[in-house]
Amino acid sequence: MSESLHHVATLPTARRPGCPFDPPAELLDARGHGPLSRCTHVGGKPGWLITGYDLVRSVLADPRFSSRKELLNVGDFEIAPAPPGEFLLTDEPQHGRYRKPLVGRFTVRRMRLLTERIEQITADCLDAMEEAGPPTDLVTAFAKPIPTIVICELLGVPYGDRGSFQEQIDTFMGGATSDEELIAAYTATQEYLAGLVVAKRANPTDDVLSELTDSDLTDEELKGMSLVLLAAGFDTTANMLSLGTFALLRNPEQLAALRADPTLTDAAVEELLRYLSVAKTFMRTALEDVEVGGQIIEAGTTVVLSYNTANRDPERFTDPHVLDVRRRDAVGHLAFSHGIHQCLGQQLARVEMRVAFRALIDRFPTLRLAVPAEEVGLRPETADIYGVTSLPVTWDERRS
Amino acid sequence: MSAARLRVDRERCIGAGMCALTAPEVFDQDPDDGRVLLLHPDPLITRPTATRMAAGVCPSGALTLQDRPTGRDAGGDPP
Ligand code: SF4
Repeated sequence: MSESLHHVATLPTARRPGCPFDPPAELLDARGHGPLSRCTHVGGKPGWLITGYDLVRSVLADPRFSSRKELLNVGDFEIAPAPPGEFLLTDEPQHGRYRKPLVGRFTVRRMRLLTERIEQITADCLDAMEEAGPPTDLVTAFAKPIPTIVICELLGVPYGDRGSFQEQIDTFMGGATSDEELIAAYTATQEYLAGLVVAKRANPTDDVLSELTDSDLTDEELKGMSLVLLAAGFDTTANMLSLGTFALLRNPEQLAALRADPTLTDAAVEELLRYLSVAKTFMRTALEDVEVGGQIIEAGTTVVLSYNTANRDPERFTDPHVLDVRRRDAVGHLAFSHGIHQCLGQQLARVEMRVAFRALIDRFPTLRLAVPAEEVGLRPETADIYGVTSLPVTWDERRS
Repeated sequence: MSAARLRVDRERCIGAGMCALTAPEVFDQDPDDGRVLLLHPDPLITRPTATRMAAGVCPSGALTLQDRPTGRDAGGDPP
Protein backbone atom coordinates (compact mmCIF):
# COMPACT_ATOMS: atom_id res chain seq x y z
CA MET A 1 0.00 0.00 0.00
CA SER A 2 2.53 2.53 1.15
CA GLU A 3 4.65 1.97 -1.99
CA SER A 4 2.06 3.87 -3.95
CA LEU A 5 2.43 6.90 -1.69
CA HIS A 6 4.27 9.94 -2.88
CA HIS A 7 7.69 10.34 -1.28
CA VAL A 8 9.37 13.67 -0.63
CA ALA A 9 13.10 12.95 -0.33
CA THR A 10 14.06 15.90 1.82
CA LEU A 11 11.97 18.88 2.75
CA PRO A 12 12.48 21.62 0.18
CA THR A 13 14.62 24.54 1.25
CA ALA A 14 13.82 27.06 -1.49
CA ARG A 15 10.91 28.54 -3.36
CA ARG A 16 10.75 28.87 -7.13
CA PRO A 17 12.45 31.99 -8.47
CA GLY A 18 9.89 34.68 -9.20
CA CYS A 19 7.27 33.09 -6.94
CA PRO A 20 8.12 34.43 -3.49
CA PHE A 21 4.58 33.98 -2.18
CA ASP A 22 4.00 30.41 -3.29
CA PRO A 23 5.06 27.38 -1.24
CA PRO A 24 8.03 25.43 -2.62
CA ALA A 25 7.10 23.51 -5.76
CA GLU A 26 7.86 20.12 -4.17
CA LEU A 27 5.26 20.76 -1.48
CA LEU A 28 2.57 21.79 -3.95
CA ASP A 29 3.49 18.75 -5.99
CA ALA A 30 3.14 16.55 -2.91
CA ARG A 31 -0.36 17.95 -2.28
CA GLY A 32 -1.17 17.12 -5.87
CA HIS A 33 -0.44 13.47 -5.08
CA GLY A 34 -2.70 13.47 -2.05
CA PRO A 35 -2.93 15.02 1.41
CA LEU A 36 -0.37 12.66 2.95
CA SER A 37 3.13 11.79 1.74
CA ARG A 38 6.10 9.92 3.09
CA CYS A 39 9.14 12.05 3.72
CA THR A 40 12.66 11.77 5.00
CA HIS A 41 13.54 14.14 7.82
CA VAL A 42 16.67 16.28 7.79
CA GLY A 43 18.47 13.81 10.06
CA GLY A 44 17.58 10.87 7.83
CA LYS A 45 14.68 9.38 9.80
CA PRO A 46 11.56 8.42 7.88
CA GLY A 47 8.48 10.51 8.57
CA TRP A 48 5.27 11.81 7.11
CA LEU A 49 4.44 15.06 5.41
CA ILE A 50 0.88 16.33 5.60
CA THR A 51 -0.12 18.90 3.04
CA GLY A 52 -3.92 18.64 2.94
CA TYR A 53 -6.03 21.09 4.91
CA ASP A 54 -8.39 18.60 6.56
CA LEU A 55 -5.65 16.22 7.66
CA VAL A 56 -3.41 18.99 9.02
CA ARG A 57 -6.35 20.28 11.00
CA SER A 58 -7.26 16.87 12.36
CA VAL A 59 -3.70 16.11 13.50
CA LEU A 60 -3.50 19.49 15.22
CA ALA A 61 -6.68 18.74 17.16
CA ASP A 62 -5.57 15.21 18.09
CA PRO A 63 -4.02 14.75 21.55
CA ARG A 64 -2.38 11.54 20.33
CA PHE A 65 0.09 13.80 18.56
CA SER A 66 2.59 15.51 20.84
CA SER A 67 4.27 18.90 20.53
CA ARG A 68 7.06 17.96 22.91
CA LYS A 69 10.39 18.87 21.49
CA GLU A 70 12.32 16.00 23.04
CA LEU A 71 10.07 13.48 21.26
CA LEU A 72 11.01 14.74 17.79
CA ASN A 73 12.29 11.79 15.87
CA VAL A 74 14.11 13.22 12.91
CA GLY A 75 17.62 11.80 13.17
CA ASP A 76 19.98 9.77 15.30
CA PHE A 77 20.48 12.37 17.96
CA GLU A 78 18.88 13.34 21.21
CA ILE A 79 16.88 16.53 21.44
CA ALA A 80 16.74 18.38 24.72
CA PRO A 81 13.32 19.20 26.14
CA ALA A 82 12.09 22.74 25.71
CA PRO A 83 13.41 25.16 28.32
CA PRO A 84 10.92 26.11 31.05
CA GLY A 85 8.21 28.43 29.80
CA GLU A 86 8.49 27.63 26.10
CA PHE A 87 4.93 26.46 25.98
CA LEU A 88 4.72 25.90 22.24
CA LEU A 89 6.83 22.78 22.66
CA THR A 90 4.86 21.21 25.50
CA ASP A 91 1.68 19.18 25.89
CA GLU A 92 -1.07 19.30 28.47
CA PRO A 93 -1.06 19.80 31.38
CA GLN A 94 2.14 21.90 31.25
CA HIS A 95 0.93 23.83 28.25
CA GLY A 96 -2.26 24.86 30.01
CA ARG A 97 -0.36 25.90 33.09
CA TYR A 98 1.59 28.39 30.99
CA ARG A 99 -1.22 29.46 28.75
CA LYS A 100 -4.01 29.93 31.27
CA PRO A 101 -2.64 32.96 33.11
CA LEU A 102 -2.14 34.68 29.76
CA VAL A 103 -5.46 34.10 28.06
CA GLY A 104 -7.44 36.80 29.83
CA ARG A 105 -4.88 39.37 28.68
CA PHE A 106 -5.40 38.60 24.99
CA THR A 107 -9.16 38.45 24.52
CA VAL A 108 -10.89 39.88 21.46
CA ARG A 109 -12.36 42.66 23.57
CA ARG A 110 -9.11 43.60 25.24
CA MET A 111 -7.26 43.71 21.97
CA ARG A 112 -9.92 45.95 20.44
CA LEU A 113 -9.37 48.37 23.30
CA LEU A 114 -5.78 48.64 22.18
CA THR A 115 -6.80 49.86 18.73
CA GLU A 116 -6.39 53.54 19.52
CA ARG A 117 -2.92 53.09 20.92
CA ILE A 118 -1.91 51.02 17.90
CA GLU A 119 -3.28 53.71 15.60
CA GLN A 120 -1.14 56.25 17.40
CA ILE A 121 2.00 54.12 17.15
CA THR A 122 1.32 53.52 13.46
CA ALA A 123 0.73 57.21 12.78
CA ASP A 124 4.02 58.08 14.48
CA CYS A 125 5.90 55.60 12.29
CA LEU A 126 4.25 56.90 9.15
CA ASP A 127 4.97 60.51 10.15
CA ALA A 128 8.63 59.67 10.52
CA MET A 129 8.62 57.86 7.20
CA GLU A 130 6.98 60.77 5.42
CA GLU A 131 9.30 63.29 7.00
CA ALA A 132 12.41 61.38 5.99
CA GLY A 133 11.03 61.17 2.44
CA PRO A 134 11.31 58.45 -0.21
CA PRO A 135 12.81 55.98 -0.74
CA THR A 136 12.78 53.96 2.45
CA ASP A 137 13.02 50.40 3.70
CA LEU A 138 9.51 49.52 4.76
CA VAL A 139 10.81 46.81 7.07
CA THR A 140 12.76 49.17 9.31
CA ALA A 141 10.40 52.14 8.96
CA PHE A 142 7.08 50.36 9.41
CA ALA A 143 6.90 46.57 9.64
CA LYS A 144 9.30 46.08 12.56
CA PRO A 145 8.71 49.09 14.81
CA ILE A 146 4.92 48.81 15.04
CA PRO A 147 4.69 45.26 16.46
CA THR A 148 7.84 45.77 18.52
CA ILE A 149 6.47 48.84 20.28
CA VAL A 150 3.10 47.18 20.80
CA ILE A 151 4.39 43.92 22.28
CA CYS A 152 6.93 45.76 24.44
CA GLU A 153 4.26 48.03 25.88
CA LEU A 154 1.99 45.08 26.49
CA LEU A 155 4.66 42.97 28.16
CA GLY A 156 6.22 45.89 29.97
CA VAL A 157 9.63 46.10 28.31
CA PRO A 158 11.13 49.56 28.86
CA TYR A 159 11.10 51.82 25.84
CA GLY A 160 14.83 52.42 25.76
CA ASP A 161 15.70 48.72 25.59
CA ARG A 162 13.74 47.92 22.46
CA GLY A 163 16.23 48.58 19.72
CA SER A 164 18.90 46.16 20.82
CA PHE A 165 16.83 43.07 21.25
CA GLN A 166 14.69 43.78 18.22
CA GLU A 167 17.94 43.15 16.36
CA GLN A 168 18.72 40.12 18.48
CA ILE A 169 15.36 38.50 17.92
CA ASP A 170 15.67 39.20 14.22
CA THR A 171 19.05 37.48 14.26
CA PHE A 172 17.85 34.26 15.82
CA MET A 173 14.52 34.10 14.00
CA GLY A 174 15.75 35.14 10.57
CA GLY A 175 17.58 31.93 9.70
CA ALA A 176 20.34 33.75 7.82
CA THR A 177 23.09 33.85 10.44
CA SER A 178 25.83 31.53 11.65
CA ASP A 179 25.21 29.26 14.61
CA GLU A 180 27.52 31.31 16.82
CA GLU A 181 25.72 34.55 16.08
CA LEU A 182 22.40 32.87 16.59
CA ILE A 183 23.35 31.47 19.99
CA ALA A 184 24.90 34.77 21.07
CA ALA A 185 21.75 36.70 20.17
CA TYR A 186 19.53 34.12 21.84
CA THR A 187 21.58 34.12 25.03
CA ALA A 188 21.71 37.91 25.19
CA THR A 189 17.92 38.12 24.90
CA GLN A 190 17.47 35.48 27.59
CA GLU A 191 19.79 37.31 29.95
CA TYR A 192 18.01 40.56 29.36
CA LEU A 193 14.63 38.98 30.05
CA ALA A 194 15.89 37.25 33.19
CA GLY A 195 16.84 40.67 34.55
CA LEU A 196 13.50 42.09 33.54
CA VAL A 197 11.57 39.36 35.37
CA VAL A 198 13.50 40.08 38.57
CA ALA A 199 12.82 43.79 38.17
CA LYS A 200 9.08 43.24 37.65
CA ARG A 201 8.87 41.05 40.71
CA ALA A 202 10.46 43.80 42.77
CA ASN A 203 8.49 46.66 41.19
CA PRO A 204 5.37 45.46 39.40
CA THR A 205 3.90 47.84 36.85
CA ASP A 206 0.74 47.63 34.76
CA ASP A 207 1.71 45.06 32.16
CA VAL A 208 1.47 41.37 31.31
CA LEU A 209 4.86 40.41 32.71
CA SER A 210 4.19 42.07 36.07
CA GLU A 211 0.83 40.38 36.25
CA LEU A 212 2.43 37.03 35.54
CA THR A 213 4.81 37.41 38.47
CA ASP A 214 1.66 37.14 40.56
CA SER A 215 1.15 33.52 39.49
CA ASP A 216 2.86 30.32 40.62
CA LEU A 217 5.29 30.46 37.71
CA THR A 218 9.00 30.54 38.51
CA ASP A 219 11.40 33.23 37.28
CA GLU A 220 12.94 30.70 34.91
CA GLU A 221 9.53 29.90 33.45
CA LEU A 222 8.60 33.55 33.14
CA LYS A 223 11.81 34.24 31.29
CA GLY A 224 11.04 31.49 28.81
CA MET A 225 7.47 32.65 28.39
CA SER A 226 8.41 36.25 27.76
CA LEU A 227 10.88 35.15 25.15
CA VAL A 228 8.18 33.21 23.33
CA LEU A 229 5.74 36.10 23.60
CA LEU A 230 8.27 38.63 22.40
CA ALA A 231 9.56 36.57 19.53
CA ALA A 232 6.11 35.44 18.44
CA GLY A 233 4.52 38.83 18.97
CA PHE A 234 7.08 40.72 17.04
CA ASP A 235 8.65 38.58 14.36
CA THR A 236 5.49 37.07 12.92
CA THR A 237 3.56 40.33 12.68
CA ALA A 238 6.57 42.22 11.34
CA ASN A 239 6.89 39.71 8.52
CA MET A 240 3.18 39.71 7.81
CA LEU A 241 3.28 43.49 7.47
CA SER A 242 6.29 43.58 5.17
CA LEU A 243 5.54 40.48 3.11
CA GLY A 244 1.88 41.50 3.00
CA THR A 245 2.75 44.92 1.63
CA PHE A 246 5.02 43.27 -0.93
CA ALA A 247 2.18 40.96 -1.98
CA LEU A 248 -0.25 43.87 -2.32
CA LEU A 249 2.24 45.88 -4.37
CA ARG A 250 2.63 42.85 -6.66
CA ASN A 251 -1.16 42.62 -7.02
CA PRO A 252 -2.10 46.19 -7.85
CA GLU A 253 -5.74 45.41 -8.63
CA GLN A 254 -6.11 43.94 -5.13
CA LEU A 255 -4.40 46.93 -3.59
CA ALA A 256 -6.69 49.24 -5.54
CA ALA A 257 -9.77 47.36 -4.37
CA LEU A 258 -8.63 47.59 -0.79
CA ARG A 259 -7.81 51.25 -1.13
CA ALA A 260 -11.20 52.03 -2.62
CA ASP A 261 -13.17 50.13 0.00
CA PRO A 262 -12.03 50.30 3.63
CA THR A 263 -14.68 47.76 4.63
CA LEU A 264 -12.54 45.13 2.89
CA THR A 265 -9.74 45.57 5.43
CA ASP A 266 -10.73 42.75 7.78
CA ALA A 267 -11.24 40.29 4.95
CA ALA A 268 -7.98 41.38 3.34
CA VAL A 269 -6.09 40.65 6.55
CA GLU A 270 -7.55 37.13 6.74
CA GLU A 271 -6.72 36.57 3.09
CA LEU A 272 -3.13 37.76 3.49
CA LEU A 273 -2.77 35.47 6.50
CA ARG A 274 -3.99 32.54 4.43
CA TYR A 275 -2.12 33.38 1.26
CA LEU A 276 1.23 34.09 2.91
CA SER A 277 1.22 31.65 5.86
CA VAL A 278 4.46 33.03 7.29
CA ALA A 279 4.54 30.32 9.95
CA LYS A 280 4.93 27.59 7.37
CA THR A 281 5.49 24.26 9.04
CA PHE A 282 5.18 22.65 12.44
CA MET A 283 5.93 19.16 13.65
CA ARG A 284 4.13 16.67 15.83
CA THR A 285 5.11 13.23 17.03
CA ALA A 286 2.69 10.32 17.31
CA LEU A 287 2.34 9.03 20.89
CA GLU A 288 0.68 5.83 19.70
CA ASP A 289 -0.19 4.27 16.36
CA VAL A 290 -2.69 6.62 14.78
CA GLU A 291 -4.66 6.21 11.60
CA VAL A 292 -4.46 9.32 9.45
CA GLY A 293 -5.96 9.50 6.01
CA GLY A 294 -6.12 5.72 5.72
CA GLN A 295 -2.49 5.16 6.75
CA ILE A 296 -1.09 4.11 10.11
CA ILE A 297 1.36 6.58 11.52
CA GLU A 298 3.41 4.54 13.97
CA ALA A 299 4.06 5.59 17.53
CA GLY A 300 7.22 7.68 17.76
CA THR A 301 7.08 8.91 14.17
CA THR A 302 7.36 12.64 13.56
CA VAL A 303 5.05 14.27 11.05
CA VAL A 304 5.60 17.58 9.29
CA LEU A 305 2.50 19.72 8.93
CA SER A 306 2.73 22.11 6.02
CA TYR A 307 0.51 25.06 6.86
CA ASN A 308 1.24 27.00 3.73
CA THR A 309 0.28 24.09 1.51
CA ALA A 310 -2.84 23.38 3.57
CA ASN A 311 -3.81 27.02 3.19
CA ARG A 312 -3.50 26.56 -0.57
CA ASP A 313 -5.51 23.35 -0.62
CA PRO A 314 -7.82 23.43 -3.65
CA GLU A 315 -10.30 21.21 -1.83
CA ARG A 316 -10.75 23.83 0.85
CA PHE A 317 -10.15 27.16 -0.91
CA THR A 318 -11.42 28.22 -4.31
CA ASP A 319 -8.56 29.24 -6.61
CA PRO A 320 -6.15 28.88 -3.70
CA HIS A 321 -3.17 30.48 -5.43
CA VAL A 322 -5.04 33.69 -6.11
CA LEU A 323 -4.76 36.55 -3.65
CA ASP A 324 -8.31 37.83 -3.40
CA VAL A 325 -9.13 40.42 -0.75
CA ARG A 326 -12.83 39.83 -1.36
CA ARG A 327 -12.56 36.13 -0.64
CA ARG A 328 -15.15 34.72 1.71
CA ASP A 329 -13.63 31.32 2.38
CA ALA A 330 -10.39 32.53 3.99
CA VAL A 331 -11.91 32.20 7.45
CA GLY A 332 -10.71 28.97 9.00
CA HIS A 333 -7.22 29.28 7.50
CA LEU A 334 -4.43 27.70 9.51
CA ALA A 335 -2.11 30.70 9.69
CA PHE A 336 -2.58 30.77 13.47
CA SER A 337 -2.59 26.97 13.68
CA HIS A 338 -5.41 24.96 15.21
CA GLY A 339 -5.96 22.90 18.34
CA ILE A 340 -4.76 23.78 21.81
CA HIS A 341 -1.70 25.61 20.53
CA GLN A 342 -3.63 27.98 18.31
CA CYS A 343 -1.93 31.36 18.51
CA LEU A 344 -2.59 33.15 21.76
CA GLY A 345 -1.77 36.53 20.22
CA GLN A 346 -3.89 36.17 17.11
CA GLN A 347 -6.39 38.85 18.08
CA LEU A 348 -3.56 41.27 18.74
CA ALA A 349 -1.99 40.41 15.41
CA ARG A 350 -5.31 41.01 13.66
CA VAL A 351 -5.78 44.44 15.20
CA GLU A 352 -2.20 45.41 14.36
CA MET A 353 -2.53 44.32 10.76
CA ARG A 354 -5.91 45.94 10.24
CA VAL A 355 -4.70 49.25 11.62
CA ALA A 356 -1.28 49.22 10.00
CA PHE A 357 -2.22 48.13 6.47
CA ARG A 358 -5.12 50.56 6.43
CA ALA A 359 -3.03 53.50 7.58
CA LEU A 360 -0.21 52.73 5.16
CA ILE A 361 -2.56 52.48 2.21
CA ASP A 362 -4.36 55.67 3.11
CA ARG A 363 -1.23 57.66 3.77
CA PHE A 364 0.74 56.69 0.65
CA PRO A 365 -1.55 56.38 -2.36
CA THR A 366 1.43 56.16 -4.72
CA LEU A 367 3.45 53.61 -2.74
CA ARG A 368 5.46 51.31 -4.99
CA LEU A 369 8.57 49.16 -4.99
CA ALA A 370 11.80 51.10 -5.37
CA VAL A 371 13.66 48.10 -6.82
CA PRO A 372 12.67 45.35 -9.26
CA ALA A 373 10.62 42.72 -7.44
CA GLU A 374 13.31 40.08 -8.00
CA GLU A 375 15.72 42.14 -5.92
CA VAL A 376 13.59 42.14 -2.79
CA GLY A 377 15.50 40.08 -0.23
CA LEU A 378 13.64 37.04 1.09
CA ARG A 379 14.22 34.93 4.14
CA PRO A 380 15.38 31.40 3.40
CA GLU A 381 12.86 28.60 3.63
CA THR A 382 14.82 27.33 6.65
CA ALA A 383 13.76 30.34 8.73
CA ASP A 384 10.98 29.55 11.21
CA ILE A 385 9.01 32.50 9.95
CA TYR A 386 9.04 33.41 6.28
CA GLY A 387 9.38 37.02 5.22
CA VAL A 388 11.39 39.70 3.49
CA THR A 389 14.68 41.00 4.81
CA SER A 390 14.16 44.47 3.37
CA LEU A 391 11.50 46.08 1.23
CA PRO A 392 12.68 49.23 -0.54
CA VAL A 393 9.68 51.40 -1.41
CA THR A 394 9.12 54.84 -2.78
CA TRP A 395 6.24 57.25 -3.36
CA ASP A 396 5.45 60.66 -4.85
CA GLU A 397 5.90 63.41 -2.33
CA ARG A 398 2.98 65.73 -1.86
CA ARG A 399 3.67 69.25 -3.03
CA SER A 400 2.84 71.78 -0.38
CA MET B 1 -33.39 22.06 9.74
CA SER B 2 -31.89 19.28 11.77
CA ALA B 3 -32.36 19.62 15.47
CA ALA B 4 -29.05 20.25 17.16
CA ARG B 5 -27.80 21.53 20.42
CA LEU B 6 -24.70 23.56 21.16
CA ARG B 7 -22.44 22.19 23.83
CA VAL B 8 -20.01 24.58 25.44
CA ASP B 9 -17.18 22.98 27.37
CA ARG B 10 -15.36 25.70 29.24
CA GLU B 11 -12.76 23.25 30.51
CA ARG B 12 -11.58 22.61 26.97
CA CYS B 13 -11.65 26.25 25.94
CA ILE B 14 -8.20 27.72 25.34
CA GLY B 15 -9.44 31.28 24.99
CA ALA B 16 -8.33 31.73 21.41
CA GLY B 17 -11.32 33.96 20.85
CA MET B 18 -12.28 32.62 17.45
CA CYS B 19 -15.88 32.37 18.64
CA ALA B 20 -16.04 35.96 19.90
CA LEU B 21 -14.46 37.08 16.66
CA THR B 22 -16.71 35.09 14.35
CA ALA B 23 -19.98 35.52 16.21
CA PRO B 24 -19.63 38.44 18.62
CA GLU B 25 -23.39 38.58 19.09
CA VAL B 26 -23.39 35.02 20.44
CA PHE B 27 -20.06 34.59 22.23
CA ASP B 28 -17.86 36.68 24.44
CA GLN B 29 -14.81 35.87 26.50
CA ASP B 30 -14.53 36.07 30.24
CA PRO B 31 -12.49 39.18 30.97
CA ASP B 32 -10.47 37.36 33.62
CA ASP B 33 -9.65 33.99 32.19
CA GLY B 34 -10.44 34.59 28.52
CA ARG B 35 -12.72 31.59 28.31
CA VAL B 36 -15.89 31.49 26.29
CA LEU B 37 -19.12 33.02 27.54
CA LEU B 38 -22.44 32.33 25.90
CA LEU B 39 -24.55 35.44 25.41
CA HIS B 40 -27.67 33.73 24.11
CA PRO B 41 -29.51 30.85 25.71
CA ASP B 42 -30.19 29.03 22.45
CA PRO B 43 -28.08 30.59 19.72
CA LEU B 44 -28.75 27.76 17.28
CA ILE B 45 -32.27 29.07 17.03
CA THR B 46 -31.60 32.81 17.10
CA ARG B 47 -28.27 32.83 15.26
CA PRO B 48 -27.82 29.47 13.58
CA THR B 49 -25.33 30.40 10.87
CA ALA B 50 -22.96 32.41 13.02
CA THR B 51 -23.11 29.81 15.76
CA ARG B 52 -22.32 26.95 13.41
CA MET B 53 -19.48 28.91 11.92
CA ALA B 54 -18.02 29.64 15.35
CA ALA B 55 -18.22 25.99 16.31
CA GLY B 56 -16.50 25.14 13.06
CA VAL B 57 -13.52 27.37 13.74
CA CYS B 58 -13.13 26.71 17.48
CA PRO B 59 -9.64 25.24 17.71
CA SER B 60 -10.01 23.29 20.92
CA GLY B 61 -13.28 21.46 20.47
CA ALA B 62 -14.85 23.50 23.24
CA LEU B 63 -17.87 24.27 21.04
CA THR B 64 -19.62 21.25 19.63
CA LEU B 65 -22.91 20.70 17.90
CA GLN B 66 -24.80 17.68 19.02
CA ASP B 67 -27.90 16.21 17.60
CA ARG B 68 -30.76 16.84 19.90
CA PRO B 69 -31.68 13.57 21.50
CA THR B 70 -35.03 12.30 20.32
CA GLY B 71 -37.33 9.57 21.53
CA ARG B 72 -35.82 6.63 23.34
CA ASP B 73 -32.25 7.62 22.53
CA ALA B 74 -32.66 10.47 24.94
CA GLY B 75 -32.32 7.95 27.75
CA GLY B 76 -29.34 9.14 29.76
CA ASP B 77 -29.63 12.83 29.00
CA PRO B 78 -30.78 15.30 31.60
CA PRO B 79 -34.11 16.90 30.73
S1 SF4 C 1 -13.13 29.59 19.89
FE1 SF4 C 1 -13.22 27.81 21.23
S2 SF4 C 1 -11.28 27.85 22.32
FE2 SF4 C 1 -11.53 29.86 21.41
S3 SF4 C 1 -12.45 31.10 23.01
FE3 SF4 C 1 -14.09 30.30 21.76
S4 SF4 C 1 -14.69 28.40 22.76
FE4 SF4 C 1 -12.71 28.96 23.60
